[in-house]
Amino acid sequence: MTALGLFNYWAVIVLMMVGFYTLIARSNLVKKLIGLNIFQTSVILMYVSFGKVTGGTAPILVEAAHAEEVGETAEAVGGVGAEVVEAVEVAGEAILYSNPLPHVLMLTAIVVGVATLALGLSLVVRIKEAYGTIEEHELLDGPS
Amino acid sequence: MSEGVLMAEIVDIVLLILLAITGIMIIRLRNLFAAVMLTGIYSLVSAGLFVVMDAVDVAFTEAAVGAGISTVLLLGTLALVGHQEAEPTHRPILPLFVVIITGGILVYGTSQMPPFGGPDNPAQLHVAPHYLEESEHEVGHIPNVVTSVLASYRGYDTMGETAVVFAAMVGVLLLLSRGPLPKRVFHEGQWITVRPGETREELEAEIKAGGPVGIEATPPPDDPVPPDRTAGEGDTHG
Repeated sequence: MTALGLFNYWAVIVLMMVGFYTLIARSNLVKKLIGLNIFQTSVILMYVSFGKVTGGTAPILVEAAHAEEVGETAEAVGGVGAEVVEAVEVAGEAILYSNPLPHVLMLTAIVVGVATLALGLSLVVRIKEAYGTIEEHELLDGPS
Repeated sequence: MSEGVLMAEIVDIVLLILLAITGIMIIRLRNLFAAVMLTGIYSLVSAGLFVVMDAVDVAFTEAAVGAGISTVLLLGTLALVGHQEAEPTHRPILPLFVVIITGGILVYGTSQMPPFGGPDNPAQLHVAPHYLEESEHEVGHIPNVVTSVLASYRGYDTMGETAVVFAAMVGVLLLLSRGPLPKRVFHEGQWITVRPGETREELEAEIKAGGPVGIEATPPPDDPVPPDRTAGEGDTHG
């Protein structure tokens, strides 16, 4: 269908694994939260990829009247004929939009992600204050 | 395929590769300050990618919240916890194995996915056409369909989101609004709590007696570093 095929999904999986690796392999708690952030962004990218329609535009309605205006302006400025105005009007009617639903869901996800990040970071600050370290292996086995 | 579509796909591929490079650099860096800066860049590049994929609302939310507020929060934390990550204690063979296996299974899973950008993909056929065609009449004259869906069709989602943000805010306030908490120090294989006001002599007597133990920090209680603990302090670096 497009040159892209499944490339978007694979790239998203690579990013997701980058975040996952940071989460499980790194012992620094701040680094873990950064990894969580990368993971979250990759999930958002995946959902937005689901909503994309090739050749589509952002889901903001272009009114037919506006399309007419655009056509008339073009006519006045560039001296194009009535058929161009009509073509623009038709384009305004049959315009292809991407899917707005994943966008809405991901708006929510971004805000919730920042809320969890803030909570996680305040936990990290408290752990540093009490234990003097934020390295996971030192928290488990004592400072090296 | 028109020229515009081809351009958009090239930009899409380039930005995705940039994102992957940024992500891998974030893993490799041991300086947390640089990693946080790269996280901001990562968010900004992904915001560009959202614009290419027509999600303009998501893009400016990501640019403002992901690249803006997240970076500020992370920098504020680094000011308190230090910005140097410790050297790894062992080679990350098991995590690499887990990540490669998981990634492989996910890539296998995509073989059943509809192609990217297809207008007949299942995701495009359910409620999306209804939103695009009817929101103008059902919700009001709001040109941006994302706004209509956010505030009207899926208004309960937004309300739940507000509840989550409120809960997180309450959690942050509860965690950070209290004064200094009891310190923990490492003693003979375990973390023990220092009770406020406990002296070193009392503590040593307790340890000898085998009772509940705690070690008093000799400096005043607002000093973040107990005397017998200096390891793990990143502040020495900056």
